[in-house]
Amino acid sequence: MIVGEQKPIEDILSYIDGCERILLAGCHGCVTVCCAGGQKEVDVLASMIELGRMKRRQPCKITKIMQERQCDVEFLEELIAKSKDHDVVLSMACGAGVQLVAENAGTLKVYPAINTNFIGAIHEKGVWGERCQTCGDCKLYLTGGICPVTRCAKSLMNGPCGGSRDGKCEVNSEISCGWQLIIDRLEATGCLDQYEKILEPVDWSRSRDGGPRKLVREDLR
Amino acid sequence: MNPSKSNLQTVLESGQFAVTAEAGPPRGAKPEIVRQKAKILKGCVDACNVTDNQTSVVRMCSLAACKILRDEGIDAVMQMVCRDRNRIAAQSDILGAAALGISNLLCLSGDHQTFGDHPQAKNVFDIDSIHLLQIAKGMRDESKFSGGKEVDGPPDIFIGAAANPFADPFKIQVPRLAKKVAAGAQFIQTQCVFNLDKFVEFMKGVRDRGLHEKTYILAGITPVKSVPMIEYMATKVAGMDVPPALIERIKGVEKKNQKKEGIKIAVETIQQLKEIKGVRGVHIMAIEWEEAVPEIVQQANLKVK
Repeated sequence: MIVGEQKPIEDILSYIDGCERILLAGCHGCVTVCCAGGQKEVDVLASMIELGRMKRRQPCKITKIMQERQCDVEFLEELIAKSKDHDVVLSMACGAGVQLVAENAGTLKVYPAINTNFIGAIHEKGVWGERCQTCGDCKLYLTGGICPVTRCAKSLMNGPCGGSRDGKCEVNSEISCGWQLIIDRLEATGCLDQYEKILEPVDWSRSRDGGPRKLVREDLR
Repeated sequence: MNPSKSNLQTVLESGQFAVTAEAGPPRGAKPEIVRQKAKILKGCVDACNVTDNQTSVVRMCSLAACKILRDEGIDAVMQMVCRDRNRIAAQSDILGAAALGISNLLCLSGDHQTFGDHPQAKNVFDIDSIHLLQIAKGMRDESKFSGGKEVDGPPDIFIGAAANPFADPFKIQVPRLAKKVAAGAQFIQTQCVFNLDKFVEFMKGVRDRGLHEKTYILAGITPVKSVPMIEYMATKVAGMDVPPALIERIKGVEKKNQKKEGIKIAVETIQQLKEIKGVRGVHIMAIEWEEAVPEIVQQANLKVK
């Protein structure tokens, strides 16, 4: 899922400075699961904004709204209708959600309240880890199900750099060396001999480097 | 002798024990700093590497510093990292280097930018060091760019790579070397050897696979200057293996004699490395201490062409 976290409240207050009627929009999608932009976070952020604005002697009126998915135009109707009585939409969705709202909000300002961090997995309560960089050319079948593009800090395709120590990345001892994980998995699955196959350079044209991507499925249109 | 061959390649092919050193380019545009290093190293090395923004700190580019070394009569080894350039820039720099007569290339991944003074930078890593080897070899041997188009005038280059016998996981280091050799590495320069036992074990693995007959291996040597330096290398430098006994040995020497001891250790290590089958030379990385190189070369009784 997409993992995000709320921006610092001072940053958020600076974006909406001077706006009196604020539509604070949460999302039931990924950001609810990662506790960054669900109903609970909308309620908390609304209180924090009210408090911050009272301190600045600039009271405001906040309308709270939850959408099924802000990244799906089908679900945006209510949000867009409500936004018309407001000075700003503060979206707690991921970057995709914020942008889709902005694209449909006419002349209204739309600002993000969270930073979208990565596509990742939940390790334990309160801990998420990055797993996919959406390169568009999945090689997990060659690397024991561990992604070198994402899990290696240098996205090396052919093995560990010389900098790992005790299975940890040279960048930070909190990060596992992606290639150590790959090698351990290849060994555990009896496929270590696969390591010597030279993996080709990634075709980045299938990644964002080819320009913003679009997927069209004729069978679904 | 093929006149277009680099001095390093000629020396290695002749079977002579080769000596290379390393020069870090300056953090500014002063060519005289590179010339000064060249003066110190001239006549005591077969070739000299120029690092490529090592530890992700901005320095004069390797290509320009290599050209200055070459003008001073030193065979230069251009180090190239994948951190800062995509396949377009890498191939362009290879052509530029070859056009200027720089005919040794060392293909590296590069330290991560978080180590340096621009941690906010975006890294490139379009390709890795093994791809860079393949690309350089393809340009030279098949006159083909990595995109498939023809090179009009292939670069005449001697291609090398690094190996770190002390990196984790150890079991993958010989297979990783095999990949680099398969990709086109004609010579290998290793990480500094402090843990000789581990290096011996690594070289056994190399010989078991016959890799020592497919590539020239130059073992890395770094003379130790002081206790803080060896402690820093032991704990802070990624991929370094410094046995505690070595730290104790330096600690046991009076501060004013520690540099001398460091050189002595380097010389002793070289003598032991020369006895290991498959080691075809040494690569002396005297970090910001080029003056140590002539001393080590002389004391170790190494001959250069």
